[in-house]
Amino acid sequence: MSDRAPSLTFRSASDETPLTRWSLIALSFGAMGLLVFAPLLAVFAEALAKGWWAAVASLGNRDALSAIRLTLTIAAISVPLNAAFGIAAAWFITKFDFRGKAFLITLIDLPFSVSPVVAGLCIVLMFGTNSFIGGWLVAHGYPIVFALPGIVLATMFVTFPFVARELIPVMIEQGRAKEEVALTLGASGWRTFRTVTLPNIRWALLYGVLLCNARAMGEFGAVAVVSGKIRGQTATMPITIEMQYQEYLSVAAFSLAAVLALLALVTLLLKTALEIRHADQLAATHRH
Amino acid sequence: MHIEIDEISKLFGSTAALHPVSLAIPSGALVALLGPSGSGKTTLLRILGGLEFPTSGRVRFDGQDATGMTVQDRRAGFVFQSYALFRHMTVFDNIAYGLNARKRATRPTRPEIARRVTKLLDLIQLPDIGARYPSQLSGGQRQRVALARALAIEPRMLLLDEPFGALDAKVRRELRQGLRDIHDTTGLTTVFVTHDQEEAMELADLVVVMSMGKIEQIGKPQDIRARPATPFVRDFISA
Repeated sequence: MSDRAPSLTFRSASDETPLTRWSLIALSFGAMGLLVFAPLLAVFAEALAKGWWAAVASLGNRDALSAIRLTLTIAAISVPLNAAFGIAAAWFITKFDFRGKAFLITLIDLPFSVSPVVAGLCIVLMFGTNSFIGGWLVAHGYPIVFALPGIVLATMFVTFPFVARELIPVMIEQGRAKEEVALTLGASGWRTFRTVTLPNIRWALLYGVLLCNARAMGEFGAVAVVSGKIRGQTATMPITIEMQYQEYLSVAAFSLAAVLALLALVTLLLKTALEIRHADQLAATHRH
Repeated sequence: MHIEIDEISKLFGSTAALHPVSLAIPSGALVALLGPSGSGKTTLLRILGGLEFPTSGRVRFDGQDATGMTVQDRRAGFVFQSYALFRHMTVFDNIAYGLNARKRATRPTRPEIARRVTKLLDLIQLPDIGARYPSQLSGGQRQRVALARALAIEPRMLLLDEPFGALDAKVRRELRQGLRDIHDTTGLTTVFVTHDQEEAMELADLVVVMSMGKIEQIGKPQDIRARPATPFVRDFISA
């Protein structure tokens, strides 16, 4: 019947042979190490090439501090706004049927397919001094381009899809029945959202927000166009890193890069910590 | 509560889910809306519950016009086919949801809510499951919890969409009797949707046979069996 010797270990049909298993594991770890871990390690090594003192000193200068402050400010403004817009868009798309729905979903994906540089140029065209809106705003003392609002707009454009994209599949899978039940039980629309919708999407929301945050802090192309790269004023962390690198200030550039990488790692660790802390709850809600 | 459906129609885009239908449901009746999928029975149920609004026609509760009444104001206990339990809440919190959602002035006190939930858990004969999560329950238990949650709001009517659709035959029979008992104790006007003619005939006082958005026949189970009004009804109940 079978040419294999009878064995006491039970195999299931989806199991692979040890050889396949181990080569797959080795391949994933190898690729991860070579493409992700090693470069990250190299950044830290390069930052510390001239010792801790040089690295810390390079971060202490005014431009670097201003860049860190600016990047954190941009993330603090654009991430909550995009979370709110993302929830609204996902809610609208999944809970209602309307004409042009497919078009709207495509539109949400647009920032993923448009080059960030093009996005930056669009904002310059829309809000630059030579445009109608931009001219009016500058005349009234609110410049958009080469200032914080422009950078926030560019960042929001680029990071817009993250939250909505995470939420839409989850909300489609969950359907409308739970919200409808809450309404029949007398809950208002807002209460339904707060007590039924939000708890069911919170992990997807968290994940979307973290991705959005990572991208918001790291965005280069669009911001490079709209910011004007004014040192100490509109130069974000990625922009400052690039400028320092071009000027052969490699310790400064890599130290700031290391900080940027650390910020991303912190958000990732935060997510993992939350997952571990709520593991039982996750298991309870994801079974069946 | 006495329900009157007066020439209700419903269009979804250009397709008619319901051609004008009329139906009077006497207070305290247990009514089955019976028909194949696409017959408009669920749409009619959702219109009664305020989850859809009719394109034309009127709905009256106890003689009062309720066509435009909001879903919250209707106080219809609605049980979904999928049960739609809140899986992030315990069974207790699921059942208490409607009471907690009330405005402060009419919301019962905490001990009062606990007392009512305990009473409902007794009614569905699952007294000890308050602390569990829906994922830890069997299909039949989930269905009963959904029923208790609907009953908690002291509804004016009970509306059930394929309440036993997802259960195996044995549990189905038990729960059928359970629903009958609950209906008889509460005296609530109850409307349930089913495609299972045996279920409709066995459980309901009044059966409404529907097809293609129209009502084919309204009658007591034995009358429909004895005198099917149309060829469709004859075919459907002999299937």
